[in-house]
Amino acid sequence: MHREKLQLYLIALLLIALGTGLTLYKHFTLDFPLLPGERQQLWTIEAQISFQAQNKPVMVSLARPSGGNGYQTVQEDFASSGYGFALKENETQNRAQWTKRLADGKQTIYYRLQASRLDHQPPVTPLTTAPELAAVDLDGPVMTAARAIVDEAQQQSADNQSLTVQLLQLLNNPAPSQDVQVLQNLSSGSGVDAETIVQLLALAKIPARVIKGIELEDRRRNQALVSRIEVFSENKQLYFDPAHSVEGLSENFLIWQQGGTSLLDVSGGQDSQVRFSTLVNDTSARTLALRSAKAEQATLIDFSIYSLPVADQNAFKTILLVPIGTLIVVFLRVIVGIRTSGTFMPILMALAFIQTTLLTGLAIFIVVVSIGLWIRSALSNLNLLLVARISSVVIVVIGIMATLSIISFKLGLEQVLTVTFFPMIILAWTIERMSILWEEEGAREVLTQGSGSLLVASLAYLLMTNPLVEHLTFNFPELLLVMLAINLLLGQYTGYRLTELVRFEPLVRHKGQSHD
Amino acid sequence: MINWCWPNQLRAQGIMGMNERNSWFIGRYNDRRNYPLVDNKLKTKRLAEDAHIAVPELIGVIRTQHEASKAGSLLNSLNDFVIKPAQGSGGKGILVIVERDGEYFLKPSGERLTLLDIQRDVSNILGGLYSLGGKPDVAMIEARVEFDPVFADYSYEGVPDVRVITFLGYPVMAMLRLATHTSDGKANLHQGAVGVGLDLATGRGLNAVQFDRPIRHHPDTDITFDQLTVPHWEEILHLAAACYEVTELGYMGCDIVLDKNKGPLILEMNARPGLAIQIANDCGLNPRLKQLEKEGRRRASVKERVAYAVREFSTPPS
Repeated sequence: MHREKLQLYLIALLLIALGTGLTLYKHFTLDFPLLPGERQQLWTIEAQISFQAQNKPVMVSLARPSGGNGYQTVQEDFASSGYGFALKENETQNRAQWTKRLADGKQTIYYRLQASRLDHQPPVTPLTTAPELAAVDLDGPVMTAARAIVDEAQQQSADNQSLTVQLLQLLNNPAPSQDVQVLQNLSSGSGVDAETIVQLLALAKIPARVIKGIELEDRRRNQALVSRIEVFSENKQLYFDPAHSVEGLSENFLIWQQGGTSLLDVSGGQDSQVRFSTLVNDTSARTLALRSAKAEQATLIDFSIYSLPVADQNAFKTILLVPIGTLIVVFLRVIVGIRTSGTFMPILMALAFIQTTLLTGLAIFIVVVSIGLWIRSALSNLNLLLVARISSVVIVVIGIMATLSIISFKLGLEQVLTVTFFPMIILAWTIERMSILWEEEGAREVLTQGSGSLLVASLAYLLMTNPLVEHLTFNFPELLLVMLAINLLLGQYTGYRLTELVRFEPLVRHKGQSHD
Repeated sequence: MINWCWPNQLRAQGIMGMNERNSWFIGRYNDRRNYPLVDNKLKTKRLAEDAHIAVPELIGVIRTQHEASKAGSLLNSLNDFVIKPAQGSGGKGILVIVERDGEYFLKPSGERLTLLDIQRDVSNILGGLYSLGGKPDVAMIEARVEFDPVFADYSYEGVPDVRVITFLGYPVMAMLRLATHTSDGKANLHQGAVGVGLDLATGRGLNAVQFDRPIRHHPDTDITFDQLTVPHWEEILHLAAACYEVTELGYMGCDIVLDKNKGPLILEMNARPGLAIQIANDCGLNPRLKQLEKEGRRRASVKERVAYAVREFSTPPS
C-alpha cells in the first residue's frame, strides 16, 4: 500500500475512534440518550435583559418562575460578567437580582432556566391562598358598562367557573355589545385586557389575578410573555385565556410571573427590555435528574454547545445538520455519480426545504427556476456584462417571488408564501448557471444536472429532517469527527461510480459477445 | 430495463472512471499552475508558435477599448479572419468572417456586418462577456481555418476535429468528433456530436459513439465509419505529442483541425479531457496509461514518443 494512503487511513481511524469514543463516553458516563423518543422534553428558556447603564450603581431584578402547571425547574444559570447575583424568594413571586457598583453603556444579562414538565404529577393543588379581591379602578360610564356585563353573566351562571366562562364569552363575542365595546376601548389591543377582566371578576366578588408566562415552542426567539387569568374557586385554581372562554392552561404554558409584581425592575439604567428565547431538547428522565449533578463537573459539557446562549444553540441545531448534507453530496457524486448544478447548491436547497416542506419546496423551486430561465434567455439577447446580468436576474427572481406570494395568497395557498425561505442569490446563480449550461452543453445537460440537484437536495432533506439524525448531530457534535473521517475516505476513492457501471456497460457487453 | 455491469468487469477492460481520472491522473500529472497555459488561448498560441507547433496564424491582438476603435485599418486590410476571446469557453463569442463585400464583412451564413458591428463584438469580448466568471479578456484575430472537405460526407454542418489524448507526451488514444443535427453543428459530445474512435497507428475509423452509446452509422448522413481514414495522421500525432513540451500537462487532450492548405493545426488543449473516448474506441485507457507509467521515458523525443505509440497502441483490424 502507498504510504500516503496508509497515513490517510490512520488519520481516519483516529478520527472515528475519537468521535465514537466521545459519543460513547457521553452516553454511558453522562447518560446522554443515543436515541430520541420516549423522552422527557427539557425546555431551555433564556431571558436576555438589556439596558443602558448610566454610570451609576445598577440593580436589576427579574421575576422568575416558581413552578406551576406541572413544570419543574431543573437548572438555573446566570451569565453576566461583573455582576453580583442573588436569588430572592418570597411568597408571591421569586425573583433574581443582579447588582453592580458601577456600570456604564449597554449591558446584557442572561438568565437561563431549564424546566421540564413532569407528566405524571397530579394537577396543581392550591399552594397559595386566594388573594384579596382586586381593587376596582373604573369610573363613570365604564363602571356602568362593567356592572351591566357582570350582571348579565351572573344571571346565566351558577358558580365562579361558569360565571367566568360566561363573562369571557360576552367579552369575546364576535359581535360585541355596546357595553363590551366601552371596555374594549380601554385596552391598547383588540380585546379586553386581562387586568380589566380581573376587575370585572372582583365586581362579581370572585378573587382572581393575572399571571404571565410563555407558550413554549421550539426554536423561538424574541418572545414576549402572554397573560392568563387565574380564578380562585372554592378549593381550586382555574386558568383562562383572556381571549377564549375555555378553562385550563395548555401543556406548553410555563407560568413565569404570578401576582401583580413587575417583570423587570432596573435601577441605574434606562431603555431596559427583556426578551425570551425557547428551545426544546429531548432528554431521558434519568439524564434530567443527573444532568445538574454530574454534568457540572464534566469539562466536556462545560465546553460544549450547551454552554452557548440558547439563541446560538438554535442556530447550531441547523448548522450541525449541514455536514450531513455535504456528506450526501460527496457520496452521491463520488460513489453514485449524480451530476448536480453547483457543488453545494443542493444543500442550500435542502435547508430551504426544511422551512417549506419538501413538495411545496420542489414545486416552488421548479416554477421559479423555469420562469427565471425563460426571462434570462431574453436577457441574454441584450449582451449584458456578467455582474449586471446576475444582478438583473436577482431582481427578476425577487419579482417572481413577490408575484408568486401575492397570487398564491389571493388564492388561499398559504404554503407558497414560504417562497421567501429560498435564498434568492442562490436561485439567481442557479438560473445563471443553468442558462450558461443550456447554451454550452444543451438542454439535455440542463435536465440531467437540474434533476440531479433536486434528487440530491431531496435526499439531503429527508436525512436532515430525520429525528434520529437531528438528535445525534445536536447532542453528539463529536460525531463531526466521524463525518470528517468518512469524507476523507470518500475523497480517496478512485473506483467506479455507479452511473459509470451503466455508462461503460456497452464496452463490456461488446467484448462478451465477441468471446462467445 | 437498464443494462449495467460489475466493477470488476470494467476493471478487466481497463476502463478509466471519473474518480480515477481526477485523483490519479489529473491530480498527479497536471500541475495546477500550468492550467492557465491551456485556459488562455493567447498564451497557448504564443507558446505553440515558439515551439514551432502549427496553429492558426495569429494576426493581431486587441487588448483595450482604445485599440478596438483603432483596429479598423487592420481589419479592413483582411479578406477573411476569425475573432475570438482568449479565455472564452464552449466556443462562445467566436466571430468568423469568410469574405468581404466592399465595406461589408460576410459571416458564413451570408450575414453582412459593418466595421462598427465587429468593433462592438470586440468590445464585448474585452468586457468579459464570454470569459469564465466575467473577467476582462483580450480579443485575438486569427487566420481563418479553411477546413479540409475530406469529412464533408461524415459531418452534418459544423466543423469536425480530432481529439488526441496524450499522457506524458505520448499519444494514447484518439477520436474524430463529428457534428450532428442534434448537436446543432457543434463538435461537442455532450450535445450529441458523434465520436469516432481512431486507430492510433493509421487514423482509421474503429467504432463510434453518440450520447455514450455505440452507433454504427452517422445519424444524419447514414454513412458507416469503417471506411473513414483521417489524412495527415503522422503529422497529427506529432502535433499532439509536441504539445507536452509546451504545457507540461501530463494528462491532456489536444484538439486538432485540418486546414485545406496548411494541414493539421492545434486549435485548443484541454486539461480535463472526457472519458467517452473509451467508448468510441471500445477500449479502456488504463492499460495504456499504466504501461506508460512504467515504460514512458521523460527524455524521449517527440518522434520517439509517436513511434512508441504507433507501435504499442495500434488496434488490429477486426
